[in-house]
Amino acid sequence: MLSYISDNASTLLRWTGWHVVLSLAPLFIGLALALPIGWLANRYRLVYAPLVAVTGLLYTIPSLALFVFMPLILGTQILSPVNIIIALSLYTLALLVRTVADGLASVPDDVTQAATAMGYKGLGRLIRVELPIAVPVIAAGVRVATVSNVSLVSVAAIIGVPQLGQLFTSGFQLQYYTPIGLGIIGCVILALVFDAIILGVTKVLTPWRRQEATP
Amino acid sequence: MIVSAISVRLKHMIRFDGVSKQYPDGTKAVDELTLEAPTGQITVLVGPSGCGKTTSLRMINRMIEPTGGRILIDDRDTASMNAAELRRGIGYVIQHAGLFPHRTILDNVTTVPKLLGWDKKQARDRARELLDRVGLSSELVDRYPGQLSGGQQQRVGVARALAADPPVMLMDEPFSAVDPIVRHQLQDEFLRLQDELGKTIVFVTHDIDEAIKLGDQVAVLRVGGHLAQLAAPADLLARPVDDFVADFVGRDRGYRALGFARSGEIPVHAEETVRLGSEVSVDGGSADRWVLAVDSDGRPAGWVDRASSDDTGPAEGSRLHRGGTTAKQDGTLREALDAALSSPSSRGVIVDADGRLLGTVTAQEVLDLIEARRSDARSGAGAGSGTG
Ligand SMILES: Nc1ncnc2c1ncn2[C@@H]1O[C@H](COP(=O)(O)OP(=O)(O)OP(=O)(O)O)[C@@H](O)[C@H]1O
Ligand SMILES: [Mg+2]
Repeated sequence: MLSYISDNASTLLRWTGWHVVLSLAPLFIGLALALPIGWLANRYRLVYAPLVAVTGLLYTIPSLALFVFMPLILGTQILSPVNIIIALSLYTLALLVRTVADGLASVPDDVTQAATAMGYKGLGRLIRVELPIAVPVIAAGVRVATVSNVSLVSVAAIIGVPQLGQLFTSGFQLQYYTPIGLGIIGCVILALVFDAIILGVTKVLTPWRRQEATP
Repeated sequence: MIVSAISVRLKHMIRFDGVSKQYPDGTKAVDELTLEAPTGQITVLVGPSGCGKTTSLRMINRMIEPTGGRILIDDRDTASMNAAELRRGIGYVIQHAGLFPHRTILDNVTTVPKLLGWDKKQARDRARELLDRVGLSSELVDRYPGQLSGGQQQRVGVARALAADPPVMLMDEPFSAVDPIVRHQLQDEFLRLQDELGKTIVFVTHDIDEAIKLGDQVAVLRVGGHLAQLAAPADLLARPVDDFVADFVGRDRGYRALGFARSGEIPVHAEETVRLGSEVSVDGGSADRWVLAVDSDGRPAGWVDRASSDDTGPAEGSRLHRGGTTAKQDGTLREALDAALSSPSSRGVIVDADGRLLGTVTAQEVLDLIEARRSDARSGAGAGSGTG
């Protein structure tokens, strides 16, 4: 395995780089979209159920189908990474809309009442009070979305976009298990590293939870 | 001079003028409420659950908009003010304090000063001073709310509401989520604080005892948001306007009304005492088996039963019966009567302002005093009604 790594170091590095980009870019895009939509779903409870249902439906579309259909919808090249990024952004969005809405709903009512009574207005209250308190719930959703993105990206190997999933396809073609094992290990390590980073960021954003008794 | 001029101008700081609130679902929560909360006083809204107390309170800072009538603060219609600015001038304290869990205690208290654009250092100094004033020890200020007890959180809630020194405070059952001992402590401290600060306070509770203890005036609401009676606590106990109020005010209101009657100088009997920690003579020649132990400053420590056979030795520790309450000379008749009723010797202990023993009084003597007061009041009232 080591010789395989040293022989293919530059390719592996390139694939890892792409894998990182292809899984993280959708995460940021999805989160950025999920924040306002999740806020809407929480603010207007009537749209919560339909919004969560519609975004949830998105998740049931097989990823491969979405990757293949993207070029038809967007008019992009079949091999363009943009297809992957947009498709995974949709998945992330689907996961996080609900998370954001639930996170905002987790803010205790008396806290929002107190904030309003102290003269906080809409956006200020959201940014200074509600979002910071919703961080733990939102972060939990972001962790799930990240891990799911890392594994979904490898599916894109089937349509030939370069990333660690290519190790699977080439391994299968060559009946050679080293790249397959390496691909699995690579994906797991990536997922673990991302998870650790998110956990770290969450800790920094939520100092008030550290001193509370842990169950 | 200036102060009195202001207080005259602001005589009726908060005024409800025929205020109604009907929720979109048709619930009539408040119905034509007309009420004045005078400057510098505590107005308590009390009533059974769902009678519209919270709704009334929140209409003052426009967290809820009335569907009828007007609310005026200093003769200005609140509807014409900017809601956020209005709120920054009104302190608001709620049941579970509603502290921001993600901010330290100090940062919770500096919230409104910061929103008002105070200098950071000034805001923090002010917060520390206030936290000290509400009795929160200074090592807690850098903690997060999740690390405080309910009672401590409630103190922070009060400090936070006071931070920008608002003239008006709205309090919605601020002490009802803590245990009875802490509640009484918080109430006493709140009254002390109010003595110093003189805020215009509207205080909501469903606990009539709390209403009577804290209110300068008490508004009793009935379900549907009707004002049943507005009166000073003593008047409410003495003259409920109807069965609803009488019922709500409670059964032992006759006894509780004594809590508003000053006892004046009660004639007391000298009491035989024994020094705390010294031997108790089995038979001091006294007719009574109970003797009062006092400490070196003359403060009563408890009663000693000198006839007790299984409990001998010096007057200390478990030999002391601490069941009896003490009443201050010039306190209330209720305290005096309670001191007599709770005393194992049937003699109520009366102390001076420093807690030193003055003497004792019997329940019968307190009752005689009450009777004398009542006949004075009756003849006084008779004379009054004769001229009217
Ligand atoms: N947002 C709302 N929509 C519809 N009805 C409401 C709403 N808020 C309160 N009510 C109703 O208005 C009435 C008064 O409610 P309010 O909260 O003012 O009562 P309260 O006196 O504070 O009661 P409690 O002692 O239980 O706190 C109740 O019947 C309540 O159900
Ligand atoms: Mg209420």
